This record gives sequence, C-alpha cells and structure tokens, in this order.
Amino acid sequence: MSYLHNIGAYFLMIAEMFRKPTKWSVMRTLILKDIDDLIIGSLGIVAFISFFVGGVVTIQTALNIDNPLIPKYLIGFATRQSIILEFAPTFISIIMAGKVGSFITSSIGTMRVTEQIDALEVMGINSLNYLVFPKFIALMLYPFVISIAMFLGILGGMAAVIFGGFGTLEDFIIGIQMDFIPFHIIYAFIKTFVFAFLLATIPSFYGFYMKGGALEVGKASTTSFVWTSVVIILLNYILTQLLLSS
Amino acid sequence: MIEVKNIHKSFGDAHILKGVSTTFEKGKTSLVIGQSGSGKTVFLKCLLGLFSPEEGEIVYDGKAYAQLTDEQKRTLRADIGMVFQGSALFDSMTILENVMFPLRMFTKQSKSEMEERADFVLKRVNLEGAHHKMPSEASGGMQKRVAIARAIVNKPKYLFCDEPNSGLDPKTAIVIDNLIQEITDEYNITTVINSHDMNSVMEIGEKIVFLKDGLKAWEGSKENIFKTDNEVVTDFVYSSNLFKKVRQMYLEEKS
Repeated sequence: MSYLHNIGAYFLMIAEMFRKPTKWSVMRTLILKDIDDLIIGSLGIVAFISFFVGGVVTIQTALNIDNPLIPKYLIGFATRQSIILEFAPTFISIIMAGKVGSFITSSIGTMRVTEQIDALEVMGINSLNYLVFPKFIALMLYPFVISIAMFLGILGGMAAVIFGGFGTLEDFIIGIQMDFIPFHIIYAFIKTFVFAFLLATIPSFYGFYMKGGALEVGKASTTSFVWTSVVIILLNYILTQLLLSS
Repeated sequence: MIEVKNIHKSFGDAHILKGVSTTFEKGKTSLVIGQSGSGKTVFLKCLLGLFSPEEGEIVYDGKAYAQLTDEQKRTLRADIGMVFQGSALFDSMTILENVMFPLRMFTKQSKSEMEERADFVLKRVNLEGAHHKMPSEASGGMQKRVAIARAIVNKPKYLFCDEPNSGLDPKTAIVIDNLIQEITDEYNITTVINSHDMNSVMEIGEKIVFLKDGLKAWEGSKENIFKTDNEVVTDFVYSSNLFKKVRQMYLEEKS
C-alpha cells in the first residue's frame, strides 16, 4: 500500500510543482543557481568517467575481435553505438542519480529537518514550486551534459585505440562514421529528457516528504538513489522497446 | 486579534488538541505554555495554517481562516512573521539575504530600498556588521535575532515564535524575550509565543495560556499564574527548586 501511496503522492507533487509560481525575479536566480549546482558542477565527473569508460569499451571491443576477417573499423562502430545508445544516456544518468540525486534529496531533506520548508509555507510560498521547479528547469540542460559525455566517450575510445595500438586512427574514424542512423541520436535525447525529469523529481520527492532528523536525511538519499536508478532502468527498457523495435 | 474557537486536531488515533479556545489580543504578548507533548507546537501550527483543525475555527481580525480563498490566505500569510525554534534561516543565503527574503517575495521594492529596510531591522535587533555572514557562521543568539529581523521586516500584523529562547544562555534568552516584547509594543502587533520557559513567563507574559494534554488547563496573566491554586499549573510552574522556594515563601507570607 505504501508504494501506491508514494506513487500517488509523487504525481500530486508534480502537479503542485506547477501551481502558484514564484516571482520571476526570484525564480531566475534559483534556476541559475541550480544550473550551476546540478549541471556545471557535474561536468567534471561526467567528463572523467566518459573519457575513461569510452576507452575501456574500445579496449574490450578490440580484444574480443580476434578474427582477422572482421575489419578493425568495427571497433569504432561498436564504440559509437555503445556510447550513443546506452553508455551516455543511461549509464551517466545512473551516476547522476548518485551525484545530483543525493545532493537534491539531502539539500531539500535538510531544509525539511531544519524547518526551512515550514518557513516558506508560513510565508505563503508554494515550497514545491520554489524548490523543485528550478531543478526541473535546470535539468532540462541535461542533454548538454550527455552530448559532452558522448563526445568524450568516443574521444576516449579514439585515444585508447591509438595509444593501445589496437588499430589505426583512420579505421576508428571510418568506424564511427559507418551506418550512422540519425534517429539514434533522437532516441538518446528522448531518453535523456525523460531521465532528466526523473533526476529532478524523484530525489526531490524523497527529500521533500522525509520525516525525522539527520539520520533520516541520509536514509532518504540512499532510497532516492535506489528508486531513481530503478525507474531509469525500467523506463530505459520501455523506451527502447517503443522507439527502436519496429 | 486572533480568536481560537474550540479547535480539535488529531493524527491517526492520537487526539492532540481536544477543543482549545482562547483569544490573542492586538498589541499584547501572549504565551502558550505547557509541558513537552502538551500540544503547543500543533496548536501553533494550526494558528499558522500549517495544520488544518478537524473542528473549530481560527479567526484573524474577524476573518475565519478556513473560509478564506487561496489568494486571501496568501495575503494573510504575508502579514505573518514567524520565528522558528531552530531559527529556520535559509542556509544558502547570507544574513542580509535572509532578512531581505520576504521583501523580495512580496514587495516590488528596488534592491536599494530592500537593503535599506533590512539594514534598519538588523540594527533594530542589535545586529550590525553581520550582514554578509552565512547563518552557519552566526551564534545561536545571533541566529534568533536574524530570525526575528526576517519575521518583522515586512511589517507583519501577527508574530509567532516557537520557543524563541530555547538553547540560549539565560542572559541572551532575556535579551531575545525583551526584544520580542519591544517589537510587539512598537509595531502594535499580535504576538503569540510558544514556550516552556518560566523566565519568559516572568519577563513578557502579558497573557498566558496553559495547555495540558491538548486541553486549555488555565489562562490568565503572569501575575496570576504565581497565585493560582490550579494544581496542574502549580505543578508545572513550581517544578524547579528555585520556584518551589519562591512558592513556599509566598505561602508563608500569605499565612
């Protein structure tokens, strides 16, 4: 029953988030702050992970192609497909559920514990609009992060090929250009927008409705990470089935 | 003036408020006192509209809160200042930004006008030179003063304080109590304070409402609370050794 209750409360929270908007001059500041915290602040870790995981994907692909009849440019092709279709949108989103999600849950949860949310409510401010809506808008820039992840992932793969001696640069470039289907990019960005929405709202839900003290803030952060990841994985499956299998 | 008429509030099977009625008058500092768990915080949250009572009504200057439209409630809330037990300062903002916050939300003043007003109230609560500190850099007493400054910056008609001197040393607690009293007189506002501190009662209790197990057990002035024979009240008031001695002296003097 508590799952059903939580699902209902989650959708009510989303509806409430769009009601009674906060004054634009204040909202603009909040959005810019959240862009800085959630998007700009994540670029470093995303760049680091993307570059090296891109390299690892390439090395593993190269090591598994030991048949001399399989052309070397397939390394580049496999790297591109793995990174664009799955690694950048999904894998990075799971990492972001840990990084950004925990930040959102703990910051809103701490505001709940220290009565800052009550202070907003007493002033007649729609606290959900004030706290969650700017995060939702900031995360609409999340595709920008994923674009960087895609670029750096492929760049990492290229570096691994060259420095690891798994093939030539020419073969890799032929591979990443081969049989390119533009819809795959659209598919990746559709997923990215959906995941951005989840990253903004599920951790906010667990932070906003938490009860207790500092210990519960920690527990809420963990729960929010678990559920954000679960929903991302489930929707990843559903969206892939809907968009790619025809 | 705030009239509270027979309010009941429950959470599940727990009946917290069991029909509390009282009146808080304009220009007076009223204290709601009682032991921990007596329903003080729930009572205050009902007054603030954070909890909706199942029965009874709360009337702000002739307007029943439950019957107001959302817009009217928002307007009313702009007239409410609240000092939370833990101060509830926004920790991502400086002290100045915290105090300016209600002005940013509810007025169309320019930045310089807002700063001027915030500066004025910060001086009023004896906080100068702390404008650009973060709340975490301020002491407990300073945080309480910032919370009071934020509560009064938009010239509220009603001021609510939830245990404003909890966690403070006795001297700072008296400073905070006196500050609230002065502000109530100066702005002629309706002030309601939740407390279980008898020092506050002695300092600023113009009207006292005593809650016990969700019921109003007694109400009166600070002078009368030390003379009452109501056992529930005397048990609470004279629970400390110091007050027990005072009571003994009073009874000896009386006999």
